[in-house]
Amino acid sequence: MSGMMSGARSTAPIVRLTGIAKRFGDCHAVRDASLEVAAGEIHALVGENGAGKSTLMRILAGISPPDAGTIEVGGRDVTGWTTAQAIDASVGMVHQHFMLVPTLTIAENVILGREPMRGLAIDFARAEREVTAAAEKSGFRMNVRQLVRELSVGEQQRVEILKTLVRGARILILDEPTAVLSPPEVEELWRVLRALRDEGGTIILITHKLDEVAEISDTITVVREGRTVARFPTAGTSPASIARAMVGRDVVLAGDATIARRDERVVALAPALDVRHLVVSGEQRQRAVNDVSFTIQPREILGIAGVEGNGQSALIEAIAGLRSVESGEIFLDAADVTSMPVSDREERGLAHIPEDRHRRGLVLDYSIADNLILGRQRSYQRRGGMLDRTRILADARAAIAVADIRPSDPMMPARALSGGNQQKVVIARALARETRVLLAAQPTRGVDVGAIELIHARLRAARDSGAAILLVSAELSEILALSDRVAVMYGGRIVAIVPRSVASEEMLGPLMTGASA
Amino acid sequence: MSLALAFLAQTLRIAVPYLFAAAGGVLAERAGIISLTLEGFMLGGAFSAMLGSYWSGSPWIGALCGIAGGVALALLHAVSTIRFKADQVVSGIAINLLAVGLTRYFLKLVFDSSSNSLRVAGFSAGTSTGSLIGGLLHNPLIPFGLLIIPVVAWLLYRTPFGLRVRAVGEHPEAATTVGVSVKRVRYVAVALSGALAALGGAYLALDQHQFTDGMSAGRGFIALAAIIFGRWDPVRAGIACLFFAAAETLQIQLQGMQAIPSQFVQMIPYVLTIVALVGLVGRAMPPAALGRE
Amino acid sequence: MSDLDATAMREENPSTVSETMVIVRSRDVRNRVIEAVLPPLVALLVSIVVGDLLILAVGQSPGAVYRLMLEGTWGNAYGFGQVLYKTTTLICTGLAVSVGLRAGLFNIGAEGQLAAGGMAAALVGLALPVGTTAVIAVPLGVLGALAAGGAVGFVPGALRANWGAHEVITTIMLNFIVLAFLSWLVSAHLRVPETLHTPPIHAGALPRLSVLWNGFHGSAANGSILIELCAALILGWYLFRTRGGFELRAVGLQPDAAENAGINVGRTWIRALTLSGALAGLGGINFVLGYERYYEEGFATGAGFLGIAVALVGRSNPLGVVLAALFFATLSQGGLAINALVPKQMVDALQGVVILAMAASVPEVRRLLAQARGKR
Repeated sequence: MSGMMSGARSTAPIVRLTGIAKRFGDCHAVRDASLEVAAGEIHALVGENGAGKSTLMRILAGISPPDAGTIEVGGRDVTGWTTAQAIDASVGMVHQHFMLVPTLTIAENVILGREPMRGLAIDFARAEREVTAAAEKSGFRMNVRQLVRELSVGEQQRVEILKTLVRGARILILDEPTAVLSPPEVEELWRVLRALRDEGGTIILITHKLDEVAEISDTITVVREGRTVARFPTAGTSPASIARAMVGRDVVLAGDATIARRDERVVALAPALDVRHLVVSGEQRQRAVNDVSFTIQPREILGIAGVEGNGQSALIEAIAGLRSVESGEIFLDAADVTSMPVSDREERGLAHIPEDRHRRGLVLDYSIADNLILGRQRSYQRRGGMLDRTRILADARAAIAVADIRPSDPMMPARALSGGNQQKVVIARALARETRVLLAAQPTRGVDVGAIELIHARLRAARDSGAAILLVSAELSEILALSDRVAVMYGGRIVAIVPRSVASEEMLGPLMTGASA
Repeated sequence: MSLALAFLAQTLRIAVPYLFAAAGGVLAERAGIISLTLEGFMLGGAFSAMLGSYWSGSPWIGALCGIAGGVALALLHAVSTIRFKADQVVSGIAINLLAVGLTRYFLKLVFDSSSNSLRVAGFSAGTSTGSLIGGLLHNPLIPFGLLIIPVVAWLLYRTPFGLRVRAVGEHPEAATTVGVSVKRVRYVAVALSGALAALGGAYLALDQHQFTDGMSAGRGFIALAAIIFGRWDPVRAGIACLFFAAAETLQIQLQGMQAIPSQFVQMIPYVLTIVALVGLVGRAMPPAALGRE
Repeated sequence: MSDLDATAMREENPSTVSETMVIVRSRDVRNRVIEAVLPPLVALLVSIVVGDLLILAVGQSPGAVYRLMLEGTWGNAYGFGQVLYKTTTLICTGLAVSVGLRAGLFNIGAEGQLAAGGMAAALVGLALPVGTTAVIAVPLGVLGALAAGGAVGFVPGALRANWGAHEVITTIMLNFIVLAFLSWLVSAHLRVPETLHTPPIHAGALPRLSVLWNGFHGSAANGSILIELCAALILGWYLFRTRGGFELRAVGLQPDAAENAGINVGRTWIRALTLSGALAGLGGINFVLGYERYYEEGFATGAGFLGIAVALVGRSNPLGVVLAALFFATLSQGGLAINALVPKQMVDALQGVVILAMAASVPEVRRLLAQARGKR
C-alpha cells in the first residue's frame, strides 16, 4: 500500500512547512514544526491528543497565521495566507468538528463562499445540479436540498469532503476523520481517499490511531508537544517505533500491561450501580443511549470501550443526573435514582469526573480551594449561611498535599493550573467524600504523562477501598489497564461485556467498529 | 366599508416604521448581532432626517440624512462589538442612550428646545381622505416600507450576501473556513440594519414634519418583538408588525369607548413576545451564534 | 531565575514552585486588579474627551464647565444633597443589575421593578391609618417594595429556568408590561385629578437628611440612603461570604460545572433574578417614602439603564457600585449645574459614551493582559 513512496519522494514536496510556531495566550500549541508532503501521497500526521497536529494544519489551511516559520505550497511561499487564498490554491480541510451550518441545505453549505450567480441572485438550480453531479462523481448519494442538521455524522462528513472537492481541492487535509465513523463508513472513507490519491491528489491525515496509519498512509510524520519529531515511510516501520516517537519513551502497547486479577473474585455482591434498559435521547431526537443494561459491583471497574460518539457521554450524563432519561431505571445501592437531582445522587455516594473539565469539572475563576469544595459547600456552612473559610483552606491544603497538586497555593485560580493539575483537583474533589460509585469519563484526556500514572493509581485505590467505577475512555490501552470487566458500546448499545482476562485489543477492536461479536 | 378602509390605511401607516426597523433587525440578528439597538437607530434616524430636511428644505435629502445618521450609529455599534468584542447587549444599550443624549443635546443646540424642533419639510400624509391608495402614496416612504419586507426576504434567501448572513449567524467558524469574512458580513448587516431602522425613524419625523424628544417611543423594541415573534424570518416578522399595528389602530379607534384600557392594548406585542419565547406558538429559536463572537 | 513563567516553572522545575509561588500569586493579583480598574479609567478618559468636544462645540471652555459642574455638585450642601438623592436610587438599580450579572444573567428590567417597588411602597403607605408611626410604616413600606420588585424579577427568572426564554428579551418586554400596568393603575384608580400621581401618604415616612443637618435644606436627600448602603453591605456579605452567594457566583461563572456539582442552576437563576428585582424595587422608597411621599408615573425613567452603567463601571462589586452610583449621580446633577454654559443634555450623551467605552475596553484589556502574559 505504500508503493507510491519512492516515486513520490523524487519530486519536490508540494507542501513544505518550516519552523512553524504558534501560541495561544500562555499555551505554545506549536513550537517548532516542519513538514514535507510529496504530491500524490497519503501523509499521516500522528501524535497524542493536544500535540499540536490540528493547529499546524489550521495554519496550513490559512485559518490562523503562524507566529513564526514559513509555508510553501507548490514551491510558492504562501506564509500567512488567508482561507480564501488557500482554497484558491486547492488546499481544503475537513475539520474534526464539522464546519457545516446545520440550518442550511447541503447545496447551500457546499456553495457557501463561491455562489454561482444569475443576475444579482444565487443560481440555485445550477448550484443544486452541480453539487449533485459532484456528489455522484465521488460516489456519494445525497439529496442536496436536505438540511444538514437532518444528516447522520457520516453523511455530514461526506458533505465536508464534497465541499473541498467542489472547490477543486488537490491537497486535502482531514482532521481525525474516523473519530465519529462506523466501520463501514471508515471503509467507505478509505475508498474515497485512495481514489483521490490515485487521481494525483495529496492527502494529509491527522490521526492518533496507529492501525489507521498502517492501513492507509504512505508516509508518517510524528508530532509531539508542538514539535515534529520523526518522519517514516509507512512500509517497514513498526507500530512500536511510531508509538515511541509519539510519547517520547518506550511504551507498553495496550493489552499486555496489567494482568486481570479480579474477575474471578467478583462474587455475587449486591451491585452498587444497576442500570436497566436505559434509553436517553440525543441532540436530534435520535436515541443516544438505546436500551443499555449493566451492573457494577463494589470494588470493580467496568470499562466502556468504544469509538467516541457512540453514546458514552450521554450514558455518563444520564447516570450523573445531568441529562434526563427517556425510559429505563438507574439504581444506586438498590435505590432508584432515575429521576433524582444531581445533589441527591451525590449524597448517596455518586461522584463524577466529567469528560470536559473546563466546562463541567471546574469553575476556572474559582480558587483551587473553592473548586475542591464545589458540590459539598453545604457541609462547610456555618450557622447563618456563612461558609467556614478557615476549614475550607485547611482541608484544601490537606487535599493538595495528598493529590500532589502544583502549585500548592490553595488560593490560586484553577485557570492558572496545567491540565494535569486541574484534573487532579477534579479527582480529589470527586473522591473527597465516601464514594460508592465513581463515573470517570476520559479521566486522563489532555493530561501529561506523569499525571496519568498518578490518576490511574488513584482510581485503583478508590476501587480497592470499595468504590464501583464506571470508566469511559477513548484510549483502549487505558480501558485494558484499569478495568476488571470491559463493555463495548456501539451505536448507543452495549454490544458486549467480557471479563478483562478475555478482553484484548484484537477482540475489542472489531466490536468497537460494529462488527458482530 | 370606508371604515374598514380607513382602518387598513391607518394600520399600514402605523406599521411602516415597524416594518423598516424589523426588516433591518432581522438582517443584523440573522448575522449574529443582537438588535437591541433598533430603538437608538430609529431615534438617530428621525433626528438626522429632520435636520437634513431643515437645512436642505427637501424631505428626500432629509431621508438620506436619516439613513446616514442611522448608519453612523450602526457603525459605532459594529466597531464596538465586532472590533472590540464588546458585549452586544451592553453596547446596544449604550447606543440607545447615546442616541437619546445626542439628539437631545443637538435639539437644544440647534433649536434651543428640549422638546421639539421647528416645522420642517416632510412627506405629508393626506389624512385618510380620498382613496386608500392615493392616501398611502402621498408619502413615498409608505410604499417603500411595504416593499422592504419582500426585498429583505429576497436578500436573505436568494443572494450570496443573504446566504452568508445566515451562515455567519448560525456557525461563524464554518463561514470562516470557506473564506467568508465573518467580520465583513456582520459590518454590512449591522450597517444595513442601521440604515433601515433609521428610515423608519425618518418616516416618523418627516410624517410629522418635526422631531420631538424621544419620538421613537419604544417602536424599536416593538420591532424587536416582531422579529422574535416572527421567529427571525422577515416575512413572519413583517406579518407580526402588521398585527401589532392593527392592534394599535384598534386601540386608537376605540379610544372613546373605554372598552379595553389603552394600556392593555399596548402590552400586546410584549406579552406575545414572551409567549413566543416560552414556546406556546411554535418555539422561537434564535440564530445559534446570536450574541456570540 | 530570569524566567518567571508559571508554566515553565510548574513543568520543568517543580522543586522551586514554593519559592516562586508568591511571585506567581502577586502577579495574578496584580492582573486581576488591572482587569477590574483599568476599563473604568479608560471609560472615564474617553468620556472626558467626548465631553470636551461637546463643550467646545458650543464655544465654551471645558475647564470652566467642569469647574462649574464640581461646584454645583460637591461644592455646596444643596447640590451634594441632590447628588446623594440620585445616588440612592442608582445604588439600588446598580446592585440589582450586579446580582444578575454575578449569576450570569442580564436584568434589563430594573426600571419596571423599581417602579413596581415604588408603587408597592405607596400602596402600603396609603393603606396604613393616617399618622402611623414611621417605625412601623417604613419597614412595612420597605417590605412592600422588596416584595413587589422581587415578584417582577421572579417572572423572567422562572421563564428562563423553566422554558429557556432569554432574560434579556423577557426583562425588556416585562418593563413595558409593568409600566403600562402601573400607568393603568394610576390613571384608572389612584390618580389625583389633573396629575399623574397618587394621593400623598399620611402614614410615617423617611426623614429628609436636612433634619440631621440644616445645610441639606431643600435637597431631596433622605434617610433611605442609609437603607440602601446597608443593602449594599448585606449583598457583599451574601455574595462573597455565604453558601448561597458561592453557588450563585459558580452558576454565573460556569453553569455546567455548577450543575455537575449538584447546584440547581434553574433555581439559582430564579433566586438571583428575584433578589435582583427586590433590590431594584427597594429603590422605590427613595422617591416615594423619602422625597415626594406619593407614587408618580415616570419617577423611575432611565434609572434601570443607568443601573446597568453603574453595575458595569462598578464591576458588579457592591463597593464599586456605590462609587459608580456616586459618579453617575454627580454627572446627572452636574448637568443641571452647567446648563447656563452647555445644554444639560450633554450628560445624557456622556452616559452612553461611558457605557460604550466600558463595554469596548473590558474585553480589550483582558486581551492585552493575556497577550502580555504570553510574551513573558
